[in-house]
Amino acid sequence: MSHYESPYREPLILGKKSYHDISVDIARPIETRANRNWWIAFTIALLAFLWGIGAITYTIGTGIGTWGLNKNIGWAWDITNFVWWVGIGHAGTLISAVLLLFRQEWRMAINRSAEAMTIFAVFQAGLFPLIHMGRIWDGYFTLPIPNQFGSLWVNFNSPLLWDVFAISTYLSVSLVFWWTGLLPDFAMIRDRAVRPFQKKIYSLLSFGWTGRAKDWQRFEEVSLVLAGLATPLVLSVHTIVSMDFATSINPGWHSTIFPPYFVAGAIFSGFAMVQTLLGIMRKVTHLENYITRKHIENMNMVILLTGGIVATAYITEFFIGWYTGSPYENYTYMSVGAATGPYWWAFWSLILFNIVIPQFLWFKKVRTSFIWSFLISIAINIGMWFERFDIIAIVLSKGHLPSAWGRFEPTFVDIGIFIGTLGFFFVLFLLYARTFPVIAQAEVKTILKKTGQYHKNLRDKSHE
Amino acid sequence: MSKKYYVVHASYNDDEVLMDAVKAVRAEDHDIEEVYTPFPVHGLDKAMGLKPTRIAIASFLFGVTGLLTAMWLTKYTMIQDWPQDFGGKPNGTYGQNVLSFVTILFELTVFFAAHLMVITFYLRSRLWPWKKAENPYPSTTDDTFVMELEVEKDLDNVKALLQKTGATEINVTEKIDTEDYE
Repeated sequence: MSHYESPYREPLILGKKSYHDISVDIARPIETRANRNWWIAFTIALLAFLWGIGAITYTIGTGIGTWGLNKNIGWAWDITNFVWWVGIGHAGTLISAVLLLFRQEWRMAINRSAEAMTIFAVFQAGLFPLIHMGRIWDGYFTLPIPNQFGSLWVNFNSPLLWDVFAISTYLSVSLVFWWTGLLPDFAMIRDRAVRPFQKKIYSLLSFGWTGRAKDWQRFEEVSLVLAGLATPLVLSVHTIVSMDFATSINPGWHSTIFPPYFVAGAIFSGFAMVQTLLGIMRKVTHLENYITRKHIENMNMVILLTGGIVATAYITEFFIGWYTGSPYENYTYMSVGAATGPYWWAFWSLILFNIVIPQFLWFKKVRTSFIWSFLISIAINIGMWFERFDIIAIVLSKGHLPSAWGRFEPTFVDIGIFIGTLGFFFVLFLLYARTFPVIAQAEVKTILKKTGQYHKNLRDKSHE
Repeated sequence: MSKKYYVVHASYNDDEVLMDAVKAVRAEDHDIEEVYTPFPVHGLDKAMGLKPTRIAIASFLFGVTGLLTAMWLTKYTMIQDWPQDFGGKPNGTYGQNVLSFVTILFELTVFFAAHLMVITFYLRSRLWPWKKAENPYPSTTDDTFVMELEVEKDLDNVKALLQKTGATEINVTEKIDTEDYE
């Protein structure tokens, strides 16, 4: 039997399913009407989004002065939110690319939604540097194109420009990776569709996918190569984001451990966001048989590992800063000065949400519990936001010149834009959950006989 | 003179049965025109005798193109056209500067390799918006596996063979080849 799998491995697809059942289950959210809860969630998200548009319009119309920035703290909420959103995006690529290379079959139930989350999160991230330019219409200055200033080129030595290239490559490659995987699933929806309008839309989206043997052969090769390309790409993105800080000369920022530490933190926060979203989605779309306790536990184990890397990095930063004996190091985000200074609450939020709370995942009872996983994932989302806020605001608030020390207080515009991006993100995700096949059904069908509960039981009985 | 032939569509409802059927049909020296499956069936391409795809090689070449493009771009803009002095760091030659362009070289390599490969895949497999799907039945994207054969003679023998391999349904369409055979 080519589909044999050890009985000790837990099944990834529960219940008695046939190939057709999988199609029906995954098409259901698209073919049925949205319920009241969806509309309530969508309305709230839409209102938040509109509020954000208002705040952005006000910023662009009046200027960056509407934000709480000052002479010392030239970027705070915007860059915090940028790094936070980019970090969240990382889990999608990790799940679809790295876990593909490692042949982890549990990825198939969650990769589609995680990649959607990646793309939507990178949209939010990209907004912040664009708005912070002040003159958003001059955004094309970041591209190396001949221009009216006697061909003054962009500066390829600058980590900020590396970021432009990294984020655009990341967004566009993630998008085609996602879309290529979607083609067979859109085709399935298209061929099931009864209403002519729906059929038309899904024909358009599926690019006329037919599922010929040659197409599948190419499809699998393309997926593998894209995974191979996306793996170093995703590591490069947060490495470069960390270089925005690490290549500067501020104490607390000028740190060689930033790249690996940021990448681990990104995966940590990204998995937490996947956990938050799927915790709700599996219930709402009735996909409990596909996104099982095992999936939740596996994600929690990745969270525990990357959380451990992040905690180690914090301790290293704290110790090395103290060990230098330099007085400047007492004002970095990982120092006694930060823990007892005016931003003590931000410091201790970071410690509590990012180091203490995730440790509960060591207990199997906690990491296999849906509700606890959900609550811990929200704590990590908050903690990782504070990590970026601490790195930026605490470090900048106390620079080399004590007379220039200051504080950052967000204005309602800062807060409004952040809320707006949360709204925009959830608007996109809620629309996605009703119109896209949220599980890569073609891939899941390939593992049905191997890891489906019914097929496994059947085999185990015949072996007895 | 025009020629008459038959297009046979044999449906299966299981991937393992299909694999055995493909092997059996090939063993009888019939050419399989096409197989439509709802998901990638492992080893089907080998069983059908399809050549391995060369798309990974193409991707490698696209990546090399991207790397060379990025090298040209950074060299032309930063060294030749408008050299600048950043903090007194050496900026006279490309060799001294290339370290700070490594990220750009990497990103553009990936950008070219990924996008041009996907575009190649879409064009070679004839996938684009407004393209009409050509699967024989709608259920081939759901749970039906269809083998397509073109038969000129011995139709009954072929049908019997397909029946024996476990086909759940066999459909035959008569076609006339309009090309001239002289």
